[in-house]
Amino acid sequence: MTERLRIHVDPDKCQGHARCKALAPELFELDEYGNAHEAGDGTVPPGLEDKAWLAKSNCPEIAIDVIEE
Amino acid sequence: MSDVSQPAAHPPVTDWVHDFDHTDPQWTEDPFPIWDELRAAGPVVHTERFLGCYMPTTYEAVREIANDSEHFSSRRIIVRDVRPEITSRNSAPPITSDPPVHKPAKQLLLPPFTPDAMKKLEPRVRAICNELIDGFIAERRLDAAERYTKHIPVRAIAHMLGISESDSDLFIKWIHMILELGIKDETMLLQAVHEMSAYFGAHIEARKNKPTDDLISYLMNARDKEGNPLEDSHVLGSLRLLLIAGIDTTWSAIGSSLWHLARTPADRERLIAEPELIPNAVEELLRAYSPVTMAREVVKETTISGCPVKPGNMVLLSFPAANRDPKIFPDADKVVIDRRENRHAAFGLGIHRCVGSNLARMEMQVALEEWLKRIPDFALDPAGTVTWSQGTVRGPRQLPFLLGKAM
Repeated sequence: MTERLRIHVDPDKCQGHARCKALAPELFELDEYGNAHEAGDGTVPPGLEDKAWLAKSNCPEIAIDVIEE
Repeated sequence: MSDVSQPAAHPPVTDWVHDFDHTDPQWTEDPFPIWDELRAAGPVVHTERFLGCYMPTTYEAVREIANDSEHFSSRRIIVRDVRPEITSRNSAPPITSDPPVHKPAKQLLLPPFTPDAMKKLEPRVRAICNELIDGFIAERRLDAAERYTKHIPVRAIAHMLGISESDSDLFIKWIHMILELGIKDETMLLQAVHEMSAYFGAHIEARKNKPTDDLISYLMNARDKEGNPLEDSHVLGSLRLLLIAGIDTTWSAIGSSLWHLARTPADRERLIAEPELIPNAVEELLRAYSPVTMAREVVKETTISGCPVKPGNMVLLSFPAANRDPKIFPDADKVVIDRRENRHAAFGLGIHRCVGSNLARMEMQVALEEWLKRIPDFALDPAGTVTWSQGTVRGPRQLPFLLGKAM
């Protein structure tokens, strides 16, 4: 389990449910409309991997990718 | 007393699979076994009622329709006995809009409803909850729907709109006429829309001379992409939408949540011991007791899970039934307040995701937190009857509780 995770929000799928921001506030940011994008370049800092998966599995629009690098 | 009046009755349903009716008393009272029966019959069912209507029974079919505005229009979003003519007077952008008109209309409404905006409103909602609790905490018996759940969303949205919280009863009457009585009686629908338009028209006029710092002035000051202000009819439609969509729905969601907690001491005790679990529990209660059922009108020939549908057909889009689909949610019929994976569709899916979802979530969390802090012990009153609203929005309209420890 040494691989790093990177997250990406598909802006065409995100509808602003904001579940990711509630569950993993360190990993996501919302724009003025409340739509989400990944914080920074999407790299998941060590220790926050569970939150990344949790956000993905609670997104009603299936808009979040978690990429194992 | 308009609240207790019920719409004209339909013949009772004896064959749910071929003759379903989401306004039937059995559906209103306990829809969950009906949805299981319909799902077992197939991914889509049909009824001749409401001038002919289809209903997808699975989460996946609901998702497909919600994401297909090319074939399924939102110009009619409530299944009724009649098909009222579509005019600017009864449209409510963006919920009744399709692409490409939808996106700019929705983007206009989104900024005042972001999670950050809701944080600013939260102290007012907390105060509203406590003012309400102050009013009945000394009593042993009460109707929690009438005394608590009903007033939280109506006062919160009135506060946002900048209209008097004391006009609440008026708003509740209009909503009942539009969402319940209006399903079967078009005059009620038109009368309510007319009264609301006159009410908000006066508020718009007043702000033309004296702008205020509220949602009505915000909409009046909004500009479209070309820099033009919105037409009065657009502002009116959006105001009607915010009022209609913001009240019954959250009233229902808070009520169903308290109803569940009244009957489930283990969940209640856990949330009192671990209040940090409340946001997660709110998601699960939203899944298990989703209040809102929408609809679409077919505008282009297509199929739903293989079943052909034609322009003019109505489709009942039951997010509540989708949220009970065991293919997506293990133990779908159980309320699991610490459920970790929960892609529920209580606020819809696709471009019409509820504009007020962040508001509703905040109200639910605050309403449950404040209630549980001050009233840890409560139960359904066996001497009373719980009643549920019918049709588009389902939630308890009478919620008789006994407060305090059982004797």
